[in-house]
Amino acid sequence: MALSKRKMEQQASEIELLLPWHAAGTLNTRDARRVEEALAREPELARQYAVIREEYTETIALNESLGAPSVRAMQKLFAAIDAEPQVTVRPSLPLSARVSAFVAGLSPRTLAWSASLGAIALVFQAGVIGAVLLKNQSVAYQTASLSMNEPITRALGEQTPPRALVRFVPEARISDITVLLDAYQASIVGGAKGGMFELQFGNKTMTKEEVADLMGRLQREKIVGLAVATP
Amino acid sequence: MQVLYGRHHVRVFRFGLRLVRDEQVAEDLIGEVFLDVWRQAGKFEGRSAVSTWLLAITRFKALSALRRRKDLELEEEAANAIEDTSDDPEVAVTKKDTSEALRECLTGLSREHREIVDLVYYHEKSVEEVAEIVGIPENTVKTRLFYARKKLAELLKAAGVERGWP
Repeated sequence: MALSKRKMEQQASEIELLLPWHAAGTLNTRDARRVEEALAREPELARQYAVIREEYTETIALNESLGAPSVRAMQKLFAAIDAEPQVTVRPSLPLSARVSAFVAGLSPRTLAWSASLGAIALVFQAGVIGAVLLKNQSVAYQTASLSMNEPITRALGEQTPPRALVRFVPEARISDITVLLDAYQASIVGGAKGGMFELQFGNKTMTKEEVADLMGRLQREKIVGLAVATP
Repeated sequence: MQVLYGRHHVRVFRFGLRLVRDEQVAEDLIGEVFLDVWRQAGKFEGRSAVSTWLLAITRFKALSALRRRKDLELEEEAANAIEDTSDDPEVAVTKKDTSEALRECLTGLSREHREIVDLVYYHEKSVEEVAEIVGIPENTVKTRLFYARKKLAELLKAAGVERGWP
């Protein structure tokens, strides 16, 4: 009885340690169930859990109140990335050289066996191809120009969504820029060269008038200093 | 890179800011973190979540920045200053509600306690992930958070807020 009580206390304290993760919802299913059961069983633990929920809420509120970094941090980062030396890819040997090196590494006996196996494989392959050709000879006449089973489609050419070079005002915060990108369904496709970002809008082409209208709206945004459509 | 930055920079910034307590230093930190990521992208093995990897780099950079600036001593002073302002519990309670007091005391925790509280509550990291970021055993993660919460309760009590725990 005493042993079981001690075991119970030990388990309670182990569960007590897990309460913060339960509040954050990051426990695995098994632990979450153990905590739930203990909470239902022990009012003291439930009281402590209520305190933890409060801490959890206020920690989030405190962190959210910290705001976001200025756009300068992003500009500085991408300028630093642009200034980084080009990644040098180690030149790899051409395929033929690699094959030669591999073959050179094989012993004469292995080479002889490989050659024999290769010859057998070729004969087998020829047999399979021959069998397939003979079987297909009974197929009815079919034109090469028309197939009734496939939809008739026409290539419309490559769709190029409009792009623009945009300079944000220095006071613009990342959160503002994110909102603007969302609103215009835009994404940054080019780095901050000279403080200008290259943005792409949506995934469809636009007429000249639509692009002009888009640039006009962009230019009127408070956080946009300059917006120029790129050809 | 833009997508990665767009998705994670705010949390990286806030985690860094809570550690170094200086906006300018925190902004410099995110630059250093993402530049490192740019340089070492090939080393990321995908065994942990990207955010866990980023927070671990941020923590390392923040500690280096703190060592450079010798802010650890200043941090102690900041923590003491918080206790000093709440000498009179009654005044403290009337002046601000529990939420405000809680937030103030969360700020007053030591760097070690702040980071563990933030990682679990705000960054929603599991025991294993916190252990990976902070570089301590999982059991230590659990007990450290427990002691952080005890310290928080003490600070609140000193500010005149009783919550019935511990």
